[in-house]
Amino acid sequence: MRRRLDVLICSGAACVSSHSEAVRDALRGEMERQGLSDEVRVVETGCMGPCELGPILLVYPDGAFYVRVRPEDVAEIVEEHFRKGRPVDRLLWTDPAARRLAEEKRQIGFFAKQQKIVLSNCGRIDPENIEESIAAGGYEALGIALTERSPEALIAEVERSGLRGRGGAGFPTGTKWRLVAQAPSATKYVVCNGDEGDPGAFMDRALLEGDPHSVLEGMAIAAFAVGASRGYIYVRAEYPLAVRRLRTALEQARRHGLLGERILETEFSFDIELRIGAGAFVCGEETALIASIEGERGVPRHRPPYPSERGVFGQPTLINNVETWGNIRHVILRGASWFRGIGTERSPGTKVFALSGKVNRTGLVEVPMGTTLRELIFDIGGGIPNGKALKAVQTGGPSGGCIPANRVDTPIDYESLRALGAIMGSGGVIVLDEDNCMVDVARYFLEFTCDESCGTCAPCRAGTRQMRGILERITAGDGDGEDLERLRALAETVRRTSLCGLGQTAPNPILSTLEQFADEYRAHIEERRCPAGVCTALIRYEIASDRCRACDRCRRVCPVEAIAGAPGEGAYVIDVARCIRCGRCRDVCPFAAVEVRSGG
Amino acid sequence: MKLEDLRRIRERASKEISLRTGGARVRVIVGMGTSGIAAGARDVMGAFLDEIEKRDLTDVIVTQTGERGWASSEPVVEVRVEGEPAVVYGEMTPDAARRVVAEHIVNGSPVVDYVLEVRKDAT
Repeated sequence: MRRRLDVLICSGAACVSSHSEAVRDALRGEMERQGLSDEVRVVETGCMGPCELGPILLVYPDGAFYVRVRPEDVAEIVEEHFRKGRPVDRLLWTDPAARRLAEEKRQIGFFAKQQKIVLSNCGRIDPENIEESIAAGGYEALGIALTERSPEALIAEVERSGLRGRGGAGFPTGTKWRLVAQAPSATKYVVCNGDEGDPGAFMDRALLEGDPHSVLEGMAIAAFAVGASRGYIYVRAEYPLAVRRLRTALEQARRHGLLGERILETEFSFDIELRIGAGAFVCGEETALIASIEGERGVPRHRPPYPSERGVFGQPTLINNVETWGNIRHVILRGASWFRGIGTERSPGTKVFALSGKVNRTGLVEVPMGTTLRELIFDIGGGIPNGKALKAVQTGGPSGGCIPANRVDTPIDYESLRALGAIMGSGGVIVLDEDNCMVDVARYFLEFTCDESCGTCAPCRAGTRQMRGILERITAGDGDGEDLERLRALAETVRRTSLCGLGQTAPNPILSTLEQFADEYRAHIEERRCPAGVCTALIRYEIASDRCRACDRCRRVCPVEAIAGAPGEGAYVIDVARCIRCGRCRDVCPFAAVEVRSGG
Repeated sequence: MKLEDLRRIRERASKEISLRTGGARVRVIVGMGTSGIAAGARDVMGAFLDEIEKRDLTDVIVTQTGERGWASSEPVVEVRVEGEPAVVYGEMTPDAARRVVAEHIVNGSPVVDYVLEVRKDAT
């Protein structure tokens, strides 16, 4: 009997964390029990995007989009929907504009402005089944490259496409390919940089989990173009699902003759080895990553020589980011001019972003370059929760900066973000609202880079520590009038003199917040005040006597017994000296009587 | 494996994901409300699925809908061929389902014996 329903269950890491595997098992069990296993199939896919709503089920062909499904919902879905054809309304996506039909899935705000190219198979195919990947066009580009194109033609195509490195710096991919192709050596390597380490970034993980074959195919095409016969994928051990699916994909590709000796029965041989990193942030830097691949400690080396001259084991090495590799098959298959038609003049194509922070729809999105931050945050992300005001957008993680709310109409491309003191980065977008303190944000990122500094060069090792110290002093209310100048001078020195990208970009969170939010720094230093009410040393909790109803809730949750009062009597009072500013009283107060005050 | 072999795999495997790619020429919508099921809609749907499989029709999808107010004429099935008015059939049987596949979906002429309504507005 022909199958009539495909039930896609998102099995990205976020949905696995929200127990999608229990839902999957319940689905299979219920289908068996109701005798529907032949007509209805459960397919595990990669990330569909709206991670915050997981576990997610997408039912084809009708396109019902179920969110936050629990195992106990499964029997009802199978009985009512799969058997009787009546979707279970209470579990469908509740976006006001949402409809349940497939042709209208695109009208759901979250999906409407997205254009999925790199992620086109993510959430649509089973990443552990190479045949589904092939059915969706996988390895056709490799086949064409090996049988109908010359290496030179492939490089020229990538050059013409204008594709730029999606790892963050935006170096032209075709130029890199040509440099490696021209390097005079019999042994060359291609490397996939999957050492995604920025806080708030999960783009690469999603692609490796959801469509690993697109990465393998991109690497194989490049290997043919530049003359390499061996490749490495460097991925973190903390991405176990990505590692498992990559292993499966590699094995299936070898079995199908798409990797290994004489690929597709041509003269071309190429194979890929996985290298599992231990999660050091610096290993995302290409020279440190290369050292780690070689089995050395992951510390950066001086550039030049660049990896295109001397990379893995001293040989010319082409190293691209996961998402860049995911673009290659589309560029080859559909051509450079098609690719140039998407995005902007200088930044063609799309970009995958991981939306997180103070935004309603956190998750994974792919938009054409040139989309504005406003579209990203409000149209796709659904705006800021709880009616709060947007304050800034942090892009590029610890190497990036903060873009203030009044610049959210900026179209996203490499140049415009750099002009604002931020960077594209690998695609992490953290939304900050009025309750975020910008000094504290800078301190957070400096704490991160300080921890992750490998210690090889002094400016980064000592400089990040000094900068962190100053920021800690400011947030503790002990800043002095010269701290801002000291910070600026230190930041400039670290930026100019560090050995690798980690140190060179570590001051960015400070420089950009100093530039855009200098008032906030000054309030901390001159008035001993944290305007956002975040820095615990500068705030105090008070109970507004006119709103307090003496319900006793706050007194009961206070972990340090700092609240005095008796039920039903006068307004409660917080002992500021004992209070540790944990905020639990404010969380439980039903009358919003607990206020955070800072300064005067 | 050669490139031709790869393409053969693609052709075969594309049926596996055809439900998700939305390229259907024909949609068969079976009424699976309580009265539809009581009147035998599941067997009718089974016959559709079986006949479509036998004939290897890759551009036909079978979906369900609920009660549509035609209890006395159940099982009710709507057939939508792209670019043509939708045809609603009533009092369907498994044999009638096989006829609809052969005569309507494959050969393009609706099985008039079972037609309840022809809807020009349907897409």
